[in-house]
Amino acid sequence: MEVTTKSMPYEAWKDNEYIESLINELQQNGTNVIVGSFDKLINWGRSNSLWPLTFATSCCGIEFVSLGAARFDMARFGWEVARSSPRQADFIMVAGTIVHRMAPVLRRLYDQLAEPKYVIATGACAVSGGPFKKSYHVVMGVDKIIPVDVYLPGCPPRPEAMIYAIMQLSRKIKVERFFGGVNRQQKQEEFLREHPIEGVDD
Amino acid sequence: MAEIQQRIAGLFPEATFEEGDILTVGIPDAKWHDLALALRDQLHFDYLITIVGMDWVETLGCVYYLESTSDHTRIAVKVTTTDREKPMLHSIADLWSIAGIYEREVYDFFGIIFIGNPDMRRLFLSIDWKGFPLRKDYDENPDVNPVPTDNERQSDFTDTYVELPDGTVEKREERVFQPDDFVVNIGPQHPATHGVLRFRTAVDGETIKKIDVYMGYIHRGIEKICEKLTYPQTLHFMDRMDYFSAHPYHHGLCMTIEEAAGIEISRRAQVIRVLMDELSRIASHCLFIGTFCMDLGATTMLFYTLRVREQILDIMDKTCGARMTFNYECIGGVMQDLAPDFVQDVKALLAVIPQNVKEYNKLFTGNVITKNRMEGVGVLSHEDAISWAVTGPSGRASGWACDQRKAAPYSIYSELDFEEVVRHEGDSMARFKVRMDEIVQSARIIEQLIDNIPEGEYCVKVPKVLKLPVGHWFRTVEGCRGTFGVYLESDGTVNPYRIKLVPPSLNAAAVVDHITRGNKIADLITIGGSLDYIVPDMDR
Repeated sequence: MEVTTKSMPYEAWKDNEYIESLINELQQNGTNVIVGSFDKLINWGRSNSLWPLTFATSCCGIEFVSLGAARFDMARFGWEVARSSPRQADFIMVAGTIVHRMAPVLRRLYDQLAEPKYVIATGACAVSGGPFKKSYHVVMGVDKIIPVDVYLPGCPPRPEAMIYAIMQLSRKIKVERFFGGVNRQQKQEEFLREHPIEGVDD
Repeated sequence: MAEIQQRIAGLFPEATFEEGDILTVGIPDAKWHDLALALRDQLHFDYLITIVGMDWVETLGCVYYLESTSDHTRIAVKVTTTDREKPMLHSIADLWSIAGIYEREVYDFFGIIFIGNPDMRRLFLSIDWKGFPLRKDYDENPDVNPVPTDNERQSDFTDTYVELPDGTVEKREERVFQPDDFVVNIGPQHPATHGVLRFRTAVDGETIKKIDVYMGYIHRGIEKICEKLTYPQTLHFMDRMDYFSAHPYHHGLCMTIEEAAGIEISRRAQVIRVLMDELSRIASHCLFIGTFCMDLGATTMLFYTLRVREQILDIMDKTCGARMTFNYECIGGVMQDLAPDFVQDVKALLAVIPQNVKEYNKLFTGNVITKNRMEGVGVLSHEDAISWAVTGPSGRASGWACDQRKAAPYSIYSELDFEEVVRHEGDSMARFKVRMDEIVQSARIIEQLIDNIPEGEYCVKVPKVLKLPVGHWFRTVEGCRGTFGVYLESDGTVNPYRIKLVPPSLNAAAVVDHITRGNKIADLITIGGSLDYIVPDMDR
């Protein structure tokens, strides 16, 4: 099965092995014909109208603004409905450095996102701490606080790279099992168990 | 200078003097407040540029940089204490409004308590943070201060230290807000705060009573990281503070290091730097207009202004190889030569700027809703602008001619013909219009230079391992948002002993409380937008 999106040829994608491993996982679990068809329909709809949360801490956020403007125009792909409230958003683009003071805030924002939710770690800082590796106040990668679906390197990544990252995310959504949520939700629960927050019952 | 020295020596016989590029006065802490008062009122040093906290291992202390707004002379004052356990200095928060925030910053980084400051909380780090990070003996082990997983502990109280008549200092707890205040939390995740800034706002109905600005949501500790790096390695952080002023900030730090090392750069490099500074000024103001209008509901403006910005980013992209974090200026000149079609691209840009500015004015400036929402909203008086040290276009909108390109011309700015845009209304509309006019002035500067880029080398030979002589230097440049200062102290090794960066955005955020009081909540968006602060810039 070739998973692609926005009429991009399958060979042009960089990490097909990862998507194929997801497909394998899906196939091994097996599914009902009717449920499978519904999955496909729902995933098609969801992958084509991803709503981002307006979340930016620094430079990457400005490239995200450029992405929304006329030249790169993410409205072409159905991502332009940037929401300011996490309750209405599908995914969070962690655009910028996350520091100690911001970490609990980001975690709370993530908890407030409605299921199913996704995270793109945008830029070197969000991926690994980037140029602030020696800092006393920077979180070395947001995957220490929340689970990440797509890592997007660059400092800051160009808007074209951001488009590619969100397209990868929508490709990932296409091979998800929506009913029962096998390959994704379990991982998330595992993650939440491993990273407990005092007073919050995950 | 000699005259000022004589007058100070007459008033304060215990003062010591150190001649450098500017006069540095040393004064015991007990006399510091009196000296500050005399400097402000008798010698007219009415603008407090910054307070540099310092750790000289045997002593802790502060270097205060003051400037006279009338003749732009500068003076530095050094106050020290030998107590490392509980260091205390006298506050000057009653003389300069901005000193309150500066002193909180020094307290946060060095643990120096200021007697008389009404609000001695930490500024960037949480109240549970252990240690003072910019001290030389700070323990950086991540286990001491791990990444927090639970919500930050908040306090409604702040400490102040009061000196009693018998000389002892008493700690008192004060409320930040009154017990019956209704406090609304705005930020850190809020589209109108322009980044991760948080306002704790006490409101009476819709009217703002007080704002407590909460920073540090993007504090990365750049100043501390710089101390571990070599000089060329410190440069790239300038891109990541105020990312719109990447070129001017680079210019500032390069200029300081070059002066310390005695490096002369070529005329061609000077011209390229100024061209890049002015191009980024236009791009920055364009984005300001776009996002500011979007805050007020005019979403379309963003698309119009980003059109010009994208054109400039293309020019930058061709020469610097990046759209935002360029890292283009280096010690000795610039990284690489201009792209072959640079001149042609810039001329194409200059051709479209006048019609674009005209279009912005037609679409937005004259609009009746715009006028109602901006005129007379958030008035910052001339005196307050100086007392709060609000520089840049926001200060110039209050009638304060504070443009460093005119006040203390650096590079080749003294040869160029341009006007310093100054308005006197001091409201949000004036701040908007100053930026609009500055686009035109920047275009004028570029016009003068674009046909006269001299031939020559773009970067002079600089030793790979750069050692600066022992000493300290302070330089300012005009960033896109105001005066950007660099304080550099070297102990003769390859790493800086201390780099203090003075961002204009910190002052712009600090003044929000003062000018929003009595306004409506909706005006907070207008005022915050028109001050145009960049949060990573103030947090560093």
